Amino acid sequence: MKLRLASVCVNGTLIGMALIALFPLLWMLSVSFMQPGMASALPPPLLPAHPTFANYRDLFAQSGMGGYFLNSLLIATIATLISLVFNLMAGYAFAKLRFAGRERLFQALIGGLVIPAQVAMMPLFLLLKWMGLVDTYLGVMAPMLVTIFGIFLVRQYARSIPDELLEAARIDGAGEGRIFVQIVLPLLKPIVVTLAIFTFLASWNDFMWPLIVLTSQQHYTLPVALAALSRERVQDTEQMMAGAVVTMLPVLALFLMMQRHYIQGLLLGSVKG
Amino acid sequence: MKSRRMAAWMFLAPALLVLGVFFVLPVLGGFALSLTDFDPYALADLHNLRFIGLGNYLALLQRPEFWSALGNTLYFVLVGVPLTMLASLGAALLLNHRLTRWHAAFRTALFAPVVTTLVAAAVVWRYVFNTRFGLANGLLSGLGLDPVDWLGDPRWAMPTLILFAVWKNLGYNMILFLAGLQSIPPQLYEAARIDGASAPRTFWHVTLPMLGPTLLMVGILTLSGYFQMFTEPYVITEGGPLQSTVSVLYLMYEDGFKWWNLGMASAVAFMLFVLMFAITSGLLLFARRRGHA
Repeated sequence: MKLRLASVCVNGTLIGMALIALFPLLWMLSVSFMQPGMASALPPPLLPAHPTFANYRDLFAQSGMGGYFLNSLLIATIATLISLVFNLMAGYAFAKLRFAGRERLFQALIGGLVIPAQVAMMPLFLLLKWMGLVDTYLGVMAPMLVTIFGIFLVRQYARSIPDELLEAARIDGAGEGRIFVQIVLPLLKPIVVTLAIFTFLASWNDFMWPLIVLTSQQHYTLPVALAALSRERVQDTEQMMAGAVVTMLPVLALFLMMQRHYIQGLLLGSVKG
Repeated sequence: MKSRRMAAWMFLAPALLVLGVFFVLPVLGGFALSLTDFDPYALADLHNLRFIGLGNYLALLQRPEFWSALGNTLYFVLVGVPLTMLASLGAALLLNHRLTRWHAAFRTALFAPVVTTLVAAAVVWRYVFNTRFGLANGLLSGLGLDPVDWLGDPRWAMPTLILFAVWKNLGYNMILFLAGLQSIPPQLYEAARIDGASAPRTFWHVTLPMLGPTLLMVGILTLSGYFQMFTEPYVITEGGPLQSTVSVLYLMYEDGFKWWNLGMASAVAFMLFVLMFAITSGLLLFARRRGHA
């Protein structure tokens, strides 16, 4: 009997917490289907009386949401692909190739993790301005193309590749490039998936830097556009919720599909190296 | 051997080049910039740029806006970090409990806010905490309580942002705590049980000490994340009401990219960096004394 009570307490509290975690998201979804003005009734309704897609239609037809979506998608995809190549190569080199100063260089990189990105933002803006990259996709991606965290993650994982395997390939006369592509990359596949999800989510959700570097509206990513829209149209609750759904849905779906990889990477990235 | 060393540098070159140009150079440049009076005139013509030494830093120490932004940020950090850690440790303990059912479903639900886009989630919260039509006040009136002017009252705005941060970040810390809890050897609990230790005593003398390194790591991660608060006030309160939610980075953004005082903005960024570095180092030192790390 006592056990039964404890079980109700534990699971009841968890149900309560889960509800609090999900409630704002469910409410957002519900309001996004309400007729304009419905959400500002008293008392605030929980479900749409007459569900409609009008908010989504208006967002895409009048507010250019399709363009912002495409910007976000392109930037996140290209940034993910490029950073995968660079981070994988560097992480592998730090884990498995010998060269003078390897440990010291790696320690220096890890030391760089304590520097907050904002310290670099003002000069980076000036540098990109000088290079003509302000208000371009490449400008948004610049700080994402290589990440110390990504290199660290790959190195942690690549250390488990047996040296004998690489030596055997070298004795067979394979070049370093071929070894990397044909032997190492297949072995790194799980971390490639994890890192890809991480980078895509980080790029998609990024706000401060895109806000700074994107100056013309047609180049906005979803978060920048949504922040601007919600400042302009405070009253359009229903449309803003539809905008929030469009912004969140792709990353939430990606997370739900790839949850196992994501959580694994999160734990791998947090252990002390 | 020589060709292999060459190969190593070939593998590193792209990453190091990009990091050098887009990270190392700007960080060094940022410090240099913070020693100049870079303003809109310098943006137009570099001849207007002057070296002023520590002038920006000294000016900063006399700006009331800076002190109030620092105070607001510290409020967010000092209240938000312990609250987030307590809530996420509680969630992890519950998830790890042997009586817990639907383990995976709970974990996914509690983690979901972490992956949502910060701006979009902030927009949603802005409406949930709307004074007239928001659900938060709807709930309060349902309980027979008076409505609260969550985002319009300077006393309530920061607590509301802290609630939002706890909601958004709880899942991340929870996962790290969960891993820490699961790595505690079951024999320790067995021994405590044989000794007849009560649940609170077991928690205090077994769980908590064994969780030491995880607590330290989660603490430092949360701390540095909260010091960098920007999106929350930008989207939810626009720094208001009465500047009560202007954070250090919000000030940096306005100095730098609204007024184009890039020299002053760089000084603000470095001040924040130094503060974060000092506090993190202090924590690490404290933990080392206690023998955790």
